[in-house]
Amino acid sequence: MEQRLANTWRLTVNEKKFIETALQSELRIDGRRPFDYRKVAIKFGKDDGSAEVRLGHTHVMAFVTAQLVQPYRDRPNEGSLAIFTEFSPMADPSFEPGRPGESAVELGRVIDRGLRESRAVDTESLCVLSGKLVWAIRVDLHIIDNGGNLVDTANIAALAALLTFRRPECSLGGEDGQEVIVHPPEVREPLPLIIHHLPIAVTFAFFGNENSMVIDPTHHEEAVMGGRMTATLNANGDVCAIQKAGGEGVLQSIIMHCLRFASVKAGDITENIKKAVDSYNIERALKKVKRKSSSVPMDVDGAGSNLKERQDSFVHQKGMSAERLKPIHEESITDQNEDIEGETKLLETRKTDRGNEVEKNFVGVLSCWDPYSKGVDTDFLKASLASRGTSTVSKQSNSRGEKMSSEARLEESSEAAKVEITELAQVSRQTNGEKTLKDAQLAISINFYSQHGTKNALSVCHLAESGISPPPFKHI
Amino acid sequence: MEYVSPEGLRLDGRRPMEMRQIRGEIGAVAKADGSAVFEMGNTKVIAAVYGPREVQNRSQQMNDQALVRCEYSMANFSTGDRMRKPKGDRRSTEISLVIRQTMEACILTHLLPRSQIDIFVQVLQADGGTRSACINAATLALADAGIPMRDLVTSCSAGYLNSTALLDLNYVEDSAGGPDVTVGFLPKLDKVTLLQMDAKLPLDIFENVMQLATEGCKAVANYIREILLENTKQLESRRGL
Repeated sequence: MEQRLANTWRLTVNEKKFIETALQSELRIDGRRPFDYRKVAIKFGKDDGSAEVRLGHTHVMAFVTAQLVQPYRDRPNEGSLAIFTEFSPMADPSFEPGRPGESAVELGRVIDRGLRESRAVDTESLCVLSGKLVWAIRVDLHIIDNGGNLVDTANIAALAALLTFRRPECSLGGEDGQEVIVHPPEVREPLPLIIHHLPIAVTFAFFGNENSMVIDPTHHEEAVMGGRMTATLNANGDVCAIQKAGGEGVLQSIIMHCLRFASVKAGDITENIKKAVDSYNIERALKKVKRKSSSVPMDVDGAGSNLKERQDSFVHQKGMSAERLKPIHEESITDQNEDIEGETKLLETRKTDRGNEVEKNFVGVLSCWDPYSKGVDTDFLKASLASRGTSTVSKQSNSRGEKMSSEARLEESSEAAKVEITELAQVSRQTNGEKTLKDAQLAISINFYSQHGTKNALSVCHLAESGISPPPFKHI
Repeated sequence: MEYVSPEGLRLDGRRPMEMRQIRGEIGAVAKADGSAVFEMGNTKVIAAVYGPREVQNRSQQMNDQALVRCEYSMANFSTGDRMRKPKGDRRSTEISLVIRQTMEACILTHLLPRSQIDIFVQVLQADGGTRSACINAATLALADAGIPMRDLVTSCSAGYLNSTALLDLNYVEDSAGGPDVTVGFLPKLDKVTLLQMDAKLPLDIFENVMQLATEGCKAVANYIREILLENTKQLESRRGL
């Protein structure tokens, strides 16, 4: 049974009365209305599968790791998912170090129910060798700061971490095909988990007297509340889990009302998470491309301090850091994700058959010309090139440009051509997000061109315009 | 696997909206202030209440209300395979927390300040719905101990298998992987105090299932009231009234 250290911090009677009275006039002490959710801020760490979420003052970090283990006897074809919570004593004076207390166990189990029982994470795809080896996914949640509503925050953190986690690819080999080879990330790209839907937890707090309730209670409101209910729903309108562990009794109609409201909120939060994960994936794809890019240094004409920086970054393959790339900010690039990744894969395959092969295979004009882009204005492009530092490019195109640069074999050609492509790139950028696949194909085609050597300046301009100086390169 | 036959019978021959046979008995543990045994089909649970008594851990004493503690454990022999660790695992901790908070909501704790009420619940036979049986047993035990309460708390579970809402799941139906809704209900106040659900359910179907579980709770409440009345009559006759 839990030690009641929560008693060590108690609100004074005045504070309690103040909160309750304010609620009667639909005011909350942090200025929100009863059904306002706090702002969710999601950040990702350096490794795959680590996420950090802030909901107001509440701060939770999640880490996902995977291990090959033997499966359970009654489920030989399924991997497992386990949630571990750690209530760090720095988060709240009532958290004790050591064994998790009751609320820690409850939080872990609520999130576990929401993820596992609702089949959000596909466990059958985690099977490597039926009956012998499966992947066991472990999610560790660390509570850094308790500002109220830990369940929701921890849930979002767990989801964000699971969405960005990549497990190593493994294949069967050996003489009898029973040996499992785990490929390191440098050899084969790690795979994401298959997640069918996103169960979002939304917590309501009920207050005794007036049948009032609020959503997303803060720490103070939690100390005053009579009961709480956490509803885990997904964006499809399914209820994945409900936890109302006693406390204040409420009418059934109020419960249904809460659930309906929660489903709306779940949709919002799902959008939020997807946005953040998408922008993370793009950044990751760029880093990956950089990591695997050729070590051939490339010379390029065209000055600019950026150029030199780029040179260095290419020379030092291993030491490349994401800081050299312009940081991708969190703007919504919703459907870019798949495109960029597909693009990356394509680029990688291109990389492997570099050189003569590619030149042989390449025939004719650009395979996909963007029919919607306007013709280029030479003067404008010259001007924009000149003002490279103050480029107005959106970060997407930056990322595209950077990717291009990593593979490009660049030869310098006419300024006009350079300028042309810059304008084209700019225009394509302006059709932001709609024709991403086309743009991607265009970019790849541009790359081809450069490798072939004809309109090589295309790539250079693309890069130059995006503010990233193309690396120096050798003629092939 | 088929959980509801085409004729509408479940695996144990019940109808979808039929509860298992319930049986309650007061006064099973002589030493305790209040105790009860509650059976729902094959699930058998014993509850003992000690209190109100002096708080054992002074640091936890609350000056304006009673401290309620609860411990849920399953006997090693309660399930088919012998259980390794009946107490202290995460499921038991969570259920202890849930039962405590449910009972705490209906006990008039402000009438018993600086005291402690202990509720111990032990599962003797587990066949699905142990949580509900424990809450029902605890209610009976608290009433037997004479602790003032706002209302009886009764609990029942319901699920949704083969597109049918089923009342009072047993172990086989529970482990089918379908949704399982447990409701704790205050019948006189008509309020839901405990609500737990796992697995996925669309919202409108959930409403039906919750409604069904609530009806089950009301049926259990009627039965518990009868038991308590019977018990009171016996006490009266023993006292010669």
